[in-house]
Amino acid sequence: MDAQQALADLTEISSQIEAAVVFDDQGKVAGSTIAEGDRADVLAKAAAALLAAAEEVKTGESVLTQLEVSTGEGSVFAVRDGKTSIAATTGGNPTAGLVFYDLKSALRSVKPAAKSAPAKKKTATAAKKSTAASAKKKTAARKPATRKKPDAS
Amino acid sequence: MRRSIAAALGVAGGMLAGAAFIRRQGASRERADLYFEDGSMLSLTNGSPGAERLLPLAREVIRNARAR
Repeated sequence: MDAQQALADLTEISSQIEAAVVFDDQGKVAGSTIAEGDRADVLAKAAAALLAAAEEVKTGESVLTQLEVSTGEGSVFAVRDGKTSIAATTGGNPTAGLVFYDLKSALRSVKPAAKSAPAKKKTATAAKKSTAASAKKKTAARKPATRKKPDAS
Repeated sequence: MRRSIAAALGVAGGMLAGAAFIRRQGASRERADLYFEDGSMLSLTNGSPGAERLLPLAREVIRNARAR
């Protein structure tokens, strides 16, 4: 699904979201709910600046994945996954959990191919491992049975 | 007469106090919550150095989103 379609679905699902934009780590807009391209660029750059500033504020080593900034005028939400980010604005007193959930779902649907490919590989490897593990278990289960025979006699 | 004046003053005082309380509550609601990959969360309330930096940027984002 492309970013524009994901954002259209997002605004349809979440009535709390006023505007949203998907952009990369360079601030390049992939999709926006704002029709005017220039305004979407400005919004993406402002959201990227907010994320960068939040990254500087952090104290630990862990990566910043999402943020919510509540102001008297409304709230700003941003979710980041790798190089792609989504930012959205809401009115006052939004349900933060729901907004984050919707933003994550939208971000996930923007780039499903990039994520599903490694997941399949992992699944195949995991399946092989589990087969090998079950074979070992079977062998291990058989061994005590053969050992018991001499004990029994 | 004096009673009604006192009552009116009391009501006006209560309204002023209520308005101040609501305004103060609104201001204290301003905050920034940062969530990290390891599951930790950092909440910066209005007045802290981090929030002082993030709140103007967030206001700018909201203004850009609402600009017509």
